[in-house]
Amino acid sequence: MSMHRSHILICSGSNCSHRQSRAVRSRLRQAITETGLEREFKVIETGCFGLCQQGPIMVIYPEGVHYCRVQADDIDEIVQTHLQKGRVVTRLLFKSGTEQSVELPKTAFYQKQKRVVLRNVGLIDPENIEESLARDGYQGLAKVLDTLSPEAVIAEVTNSGLQGRGGAGFPAGRKWEFTRKAPGDQKYVVCNADEGEPGTSKDRLILEGDPHTIIEGMAIAGYAVGATKGFIYIRGEYQLSLQRFRQAVAQAKEYGLLGQDILGSGFHFDIEVRSGAGAYVCGEETALLNSLEGKRGEPRYKPPFPANFGLWGKPTLINNVETLANIGPILIHGADWYRSIGSPECPGTKVFTLSGNIANRGLIEVPMGITLREIVEDIGGGIPNGRHFKMAQTGGTSGGCLAVQHLDLPVDIPHLAEVGSSLGSGALLVVDDSHCMVDLARVFLKFFAHESCGQCTPCREGTTLLKRLVDKIASGSGTAADIKAMRRLSTTMQMTSLCGLGQTVPTPVLTMLAYFNDEFMEHLDGGACATGVCRAAVKGVV
Amino acid sequence: MREWVRQTVEQFGRDRHQLLEILGHLQRGRSYLEKETLLAVAEELDLPAAEVYGTATFYSLYSTVPRGKHIIRVCENAPCHIDGAAAVLAAVQAYLGLQVNETTEDGRFTLETTSCLGICSAAPALMIDDDVHGNLTPESAVGILKNLA
Amino acid sequence: MGQSMKSMQELEAIRERARKAMQVRQNQEGGPVISVAMGTCGIAKGARDVMMALVDEAAKRGLDSVVVTQSGCAGYCEHEPMIKVQLPHQDAVYYGSLDERKARDVVARHLVQGEIANDYVLQLPGGEPLA
Ligand SMILES: Cc1cc2nc3c(=O)[nH]c(=O)nc-3n(C[C@H](O)[C@H](O)[C@H](O)COP(=O)(O)O)c2cc1C
Ligand code: FES
Repeated sequence: MSMHRSHILICSGSNCSHRQSRAVRSRLRQAITETGLEREFKVIETGCFGLCQQGPIMVIYPEGVHYCRVQADDIDEIVQTHLQKGRVVTRLLFKSGTEQSVELPKTAFYQKQKRVVLRNVGLIDPENIEESLARDGYQGLAKVLDTLSPEAVIAEVTNSGLQGRGGAGFPAGRKWEFTRKAPGDQKYVVCNADEGEPGTSKDRLILEGDPHTIIEGMAIAGYAVGATKGFIYIRGEYQLSLQRFRQAVAQAKEYGLLGQDILGSGFHFDIEVRSGAGAYVCGEETALLNSLEGKRGEPRYKPPFPANFGLWGKPTLINNVETLANIGPILIHGADWYRSIGSPECPGTKVFTLSGNIANRGLIEVPMGITLREIVEDIGGGIPNGRHFKMAQTGGTSGGCLAVQHLDLPVDIPHLAEVGSSLGSGALLVVDDSHCMVDLARVFLKFFAHESCGQCTPCREGTTLLKRLVDKIASGSGTAADIKAMRRLSTTMQMTSLCGLGQTVPTPVLTMLAYFNDEFMEHLDGGACATGVCRAAVKGVV
Repeated sequence: MREWVRQTVEQFGRDRHQLLEILGHLQRGRSYLEKETLLAVAEELDLPAAEVYGTATFYSLYSTVPRGKHIIRVCENAPCHIDGAAAVLAAVQAYLGLQVNETTEDGRFTLETTSCLGICSAAPALMIDDDVHGNLTPESAVGILKNLA
Repeated sequence: MGQSMKSMQELEAIRERARKAMQVRQNQEGGPVISVAMGTCGIAKGARDVMMALVDEAAKRGLDSVVVTQSGCAGYCEHEPMIKVQLPHQDAVYYGSLDERKARDVVARHLVQGEIANDYVLQLPGGEPLA
């Protein structure tokens, strides 16, 4: 094997693909060949570094120098100055406010993060299984197959306190136990990679940056619950994820880490990759099962739960991508280690997608229980353009809208539930004071009205009615009775909708009415929108 | 056409649960699923035509009506919205002379809106066929369209 | 290339091999570092060959934790190619006027045996070693 003196990592996630990062990569390879440096430098395409706003990002090892916003035109300078002469091109270093840094991991953006799920993302070549193996990939699986009984695996996951990261936050170990105990010879493991929650892209990042950690998580789950077959349902829009995952599955099979008699243990496990076709509701677990069966992705009534009656009526374990990415580390390092991270009620880390009016937009992984302020101000770098913080919505469009008074709230499942919000999928939308909450409510409700599958009446009619009510309020002709109607409708939907979609539509609505009530009131009875946003928007649409 | 459907069905397996993969494959490289295609799939899989049709229309990535050569999907969810998605959409509409869900007369472009494309950190965003573009301004969005073949 | 593994031992062997190939990317704070001066003059006098010889010799001798990096021109052009060897908790040692053979010799003597290769140590005009 040839040894290269230096490795150059460049991100190739889809966030960067769109920013001419393809051109950057090919120019780099070309320049290295032209200058005869191929023997010294190895170019590796990795997943996303998380700081997408600064992308494409390039890291040069062993020095560990990070370059940001690299364009094809910068390559010649990097090659001549850094690669040939060992001098840093300061112009391309990371800058945020007054901070400038040679190594991204030393910036405030990274310092408060804790990388468990994203441990390999941006460090390895996701298309090369050996790089995953070098970073302890499949070590959890090997340990499990070598030394643990299925019951012991479930006990470890239960003791770790890991809760589902797909939205509902159900304790993972308990779900595994239900599935193990459900009667039936044929069982399935399904990985939910439909990621449709607006403002979320963490699953894609993991799929693109470290697909083997998901394969490992699914195989361990299969061993624990007694399944030999797994499906992963990847959102149809995520072409790169689909391609990388298929390739990863093929490599795992080639290396004998999937298939028959894995590592000589007698355990068989296979994974089939399926593509979604553009329906938000298919992220809901029972809708996803219908879709996997080739049907319309309409949710089923629960109970029975998938643990008992899942894919083709067989006991099925469904977990989110991020949930499964925690499994390998938990089994390598143990439940106690996992519990030492995060808050006592809610152990571990959470990946957040920061979007909106925030300086450092991108993906971060933090210990549960970190405050909202630390995320927004320290990691996120605060609100840009001299504006002020107004609202943060956790959990995506179906999550709650929090205000200034919540900035010191610890961010974890129980604390967010206390204020009527949810952790959801880990989207975090930050909004500054130039935006109007009524206008945002219109955007949320338009989304739900479009994505409601129409199967149950409360959700189908409720979303449309709510949308009409906020449109009316935005136009200035709303009255106090309309606000009351929104509250009543929300409560009805919470109680009577068939699935989580209809049940969570009220979360943003009710938190907005609770924490931004004055702003809604201002719009009533011909009142004006203080930010001027509604006036313009309503004119444009009607 | 019949033969092509049969081959596709054979490639994926004559199973109801392969229906989405089959439909996805059949639509690849063309703008929509013709009625005849759907009927042929129903026959091959031995399913009622209404089942196949009902499934195809449930998902937004499939179309049962003709669309343009390029499908442009502008994201209109909250993260993109607060970063100026409305202005991007308006610019694209003006450039193409289209409302949402319409196709240009020459059959080159169909304009749709979409929910989150998962690149909110580079909002506002749009997707053209399989390619995602982010950090748009109204001008850069139109610039991208101008460069399309 | 790929091979279907059938045992835990095989997995461990592949893991070991893969780790070596990725060593460059581990943060080896506190490990030995050799930096090669890569100014125009250094490159003209063969610094690149010296560097490749260092990398190769270190790999051959299984010195996985040694980082070979490069720095800008140090301003002692007549002594190029020159390198700096920094072992943990020791003063840096500068070697000058190297070639491939001498570079390999430095690895063998300084990094493996732990003795400074005095005959190549860079001498300043006053005859003092550079430190
Ligand atoms: C409308 C709706 C959409 C959902 N979308 C997703 C999704 O995209 N990804 C996901 O993992 N879970 C999603 N969920 C949650 C799933 O139903 C389910 O709780 C989850 O996949 C379980 O995995 P976990 O326990 O590992 O979180 C959604 C739920 C609802 C009601
Ligand atoms: S909201 Fe537009 S890409 Fe996410």
